Amino acid sequence: MFLNQFLLLAAILFCIGVYGVLARKNGVLVLMSIELILNAVNINLVAFGAYWNATDNTNVSGQVFALFVIAVAAAEVGVGLALVLLIYRNRQSIDIDDVDMLKG
Amino acid sequence: MLALLVAQNIAFYIIAALMVVGALRVVTCKNLMHAALWLVLVLAGAAAQYILLASEFVAITQVLVYLGAIIVLFLFGIMLTRAKTGTDDDLDNKKSAKFIGGGIAVLLLGLMGYSLIDGFKDTEFGNLMVQRTSQVSDSIFSTYLLPFEVLSILLLAALIGAIVLARRD
Repeated sequence: MFLNQFLLLAAILFCIGVYGVLARKNGVLVLMSIELILNAVNINLVAFGAYWNATDNTNVSGQVFALFVIAVAAAEVGVGLALVLLIYRNRQSIDIDDVDMLKG
Repeated sequence: MLALLVAQNIAFYIIAALMVVGALRVVTCKNLMHAALWLVLVLAGAAAQYILLASEFVAITQVLVYLGAIIVLFLFGIMLTRAKTGTDDDLDNKKSAKFIGGGIAVLLLGLMGYSLIDGFKDTEFGNLMVQRTSQVSDSIFSTYLLPFEVLSILLLAALIGAIVLARRD
């Protein structure tokens, strides 16, 4: 297997996630697109981790960092959904476009 | 050995195709609940890719944390914001924003694809060995002990923050 297979798959998923963040209006869907982006990064980390592990058998840094990213993503989704819930409670809608109070 | 590699490649391409289709459906489909279920497909595919890369512990964690916890969180978020069941045409930005988003995504993909193909050409994995869970734990609790502790504080802070934000008072 080539290293590039995994890296290109991750790049495709990352770009789909970026498109989702830019094109979606619904808060929950924007969070889902961010999950896609974080997953793409994780695939990269594990692929490079496996690549280095093949030369140095004691090196598992790629996996460790992937685990850290998973934990941070879990924290991010928890806080993000709490924010979306709060926006819904205050304005009865979770359209990101409607949250424009900072606009003059 | 070669037969195993062929099988691995076939598995990779099937799972990769499923993941890309699932991801496209997540960002295009008109039904919130279906988007969450397509996301399950993408996340499960990622777990399968980790197994192909012989990283068993990350694969199991992916299934437990993403499929088990984060998807349930998303479903709760969808239900608590009383999203329409069935199709909803009001999920996307206006057409111009979609075109700009698509343009940026394609541009980014072209740039990354070019630099990856140019940079890594046909680097092979070499001899993929199973990365054992004991090695991962040894690494976390020796080299990466401090980041691990910081991460647990971060999780605690996020937990408390989420409760404070979502609490009704």
